[in-house]
Amino acid sequence: MTQIAEQAQQPSQKIPVRAPRPQGPRRERGNVELQALHAWYGANHAVRGVSLGFDAGRVTAIIGPSGCGKSTMVRCINRMHEETASGRAEGEVLLDGIDLYDPAIDVVGVRRLVGMVFQKPNPFPTMSVIDNVTAGLRLTGADKDEVEDRGREALVEAGLWEEVSGRLKAPGTGLSGGQQQRLCIARALAVEPEVLLMDEPCSALDPVATLRIEELIAELKERVTIVIVTHNMQQAARVADTTAFMLSGELVEVGLTEKLFTNPDDDRTEQYVTGKFG
Amino acid sequence: MEHALYAQSGGLRRRRRVNRAVELTSTVAAVLAVAVLLLVVGSVLLKGLGALSIHFLTTPTALFGEEGGGISNAIIGTAIVVALAAAMAIPVGLLVAIYTTEFAPPRIGNPVRFVLDVLNGVPTIVTGIFVYGLLVAGRQQSGYAAAVALAIIMLPIVARTAQEVLALVPATLKEAAHALGIAHWRTTMRVTLPTAAGGLLTGALVAVARVAGETAPLILLCSIFAPGNLTDPREGLATIPIFIFQASESPSPTAHTEAWAAALVLIAFVLVLNLVARAFYARSRQRMEG
Repeated sequence: MTQIAEQAQQPSQKIPVRAPRPQGPRRERGNVELQALHAWYGANHAVRGVSLGFDAGRVTAIIGPSGCGKSTMVRCINRMHEETASGRAEGEVLLDGIDLYDPAIDVVGVRRLVGMVFQKPNPFPTMSVIDNVTAGLRLTGADKDEVEDRGREALVEAGLWEEVSGRLKAPGTGLSGGQQQRLCIARALAVEPEVLLMDEPCSALDPVATLRIEELIAELKERVTIVIVTHNMQQAARVADTTAFMLSGELVEVGLTEKLFTNPDDDRTEQYVTGKFG
Repeated sequence: MEHALYAQSGGLRRRRRVNRAVELTSTVAAVLAVAVLLLVVGSVLLKGLGALSIHFLTTPTALFGEEGGGISNAIIGTAIVVALAAAMAIPVGLLVAIYTTEFAPPRIGNPVRFVLDVLNGVPTIVTGIFVYGLLVAGRQQSGYAAAVALAIIMLPIVARTAQEVLALVPATLKEAAHALGIAHWRTTMRVTLPTAAGGLLTGALVAVARVAGETAPLILLCSIFAPGNLTDPREGLATIPIFIFQASESPSPTAHTEAWAAALVLIAFVLVLNLVARAFYARSRQRMEG
């Protein structure tokens, strides 16, 4: 609490870029701010001074060509970059005003508040559907019986309940690709995060399964702040309220999705969204 | 109107000849390898099957000078010694593998890997002498001493195969667990190890099969035993490899046939273990490749 209070009294020198907000109700929790974020993998300076805000109740898409640092930037939010031995980040990542890089904060706690869904569906192959969904709760100490109800709720939230309610004890890997990805979304939602990071969640899915995930994103955004990395500009246009364009590790432009795609301020953004490169 | 594609250059003919020669020699080598196995199994079957009977499998070895004994004591002794060795080597080997693949930085993990490879290459008679100096010299031969030597031989096999199998577990699974806020040790115990379980079991079974027929260290450590001792590893125990060794050294033709029969039992045991190990490995691979 004191940290938040201090923040209010002494506004940071680095004001993050914030897009004009569409009107509508806002959640109080789940606001993320990156301040002058840099990230390295060994000598590779992958993210170069990105300042950017992700608002609660909104979907923000990160677009940009391959290797522009968009995945790395997102992985810095839940400190997954630390999983790579050579990964390193500088700058600040604030969740509701609290610095997630504070040495007093445990990385496990960060990941409970900032969930993640990956490119390829990755359910645990030794676990059933229900055990997959509740894995985050069970393996962080919760009692198995208590968590099953929460697991069922998460399956409902992920729009998977009707399809799997009859085979909760069947292996999670027996589902179709799209169902597996929604199972992974349910697994992330079960621990009740404030923020959900999605790193190209549809890149391994067919168009029908992709559409289902996109509908789900729209349903979930009231509940959880969503940041989605995508190389598919149509997808960004369909799901995101705000879109950020990155190039060579830098944030080029961020704005309301419609404006960024139809009337961008930066020439490079215009060239990218009109397909002139990337 | 011959098209250039139909032209037969000398280079093409040469290429085809070389291709055929390489194919032929490698096929012959493969056939040879299978033939050796068939010859070994075949001759053991041929010479041993005659002496193999329920009586042979369920009767202890006859006392010196008598005939009509079996190998029940040797079967029990081998089972005890190998089980003790497995109980020592498998947990330690798995922990070594877990440490090097899941926790140690590469600058520690790589040297440990190298040391295990060197240990795997140590002649087993050397391991036998080492354990002899440690546990037998000045005392007596024992099943325990044999088990320690076999455990030392098993350890690098268990650890190296477990390392290979653990490295096959997709990083995306560990990533998914970490992203859920599951601690690394718990990820290892509840996600990584269960995913790799089949492959780990395979490594353990292969190691058991490898030491079940190990003879050299047993000659030093566990070849003097009282006929009455069936189960006490504090003293020497009869084992199948030592039975084969002693019976084949004997002048009696009956003993020779019994040696072949014991060899048949040993080879059947090793074969079955290897087949079971393969089955587990196939299942495990399927799981990891999704």
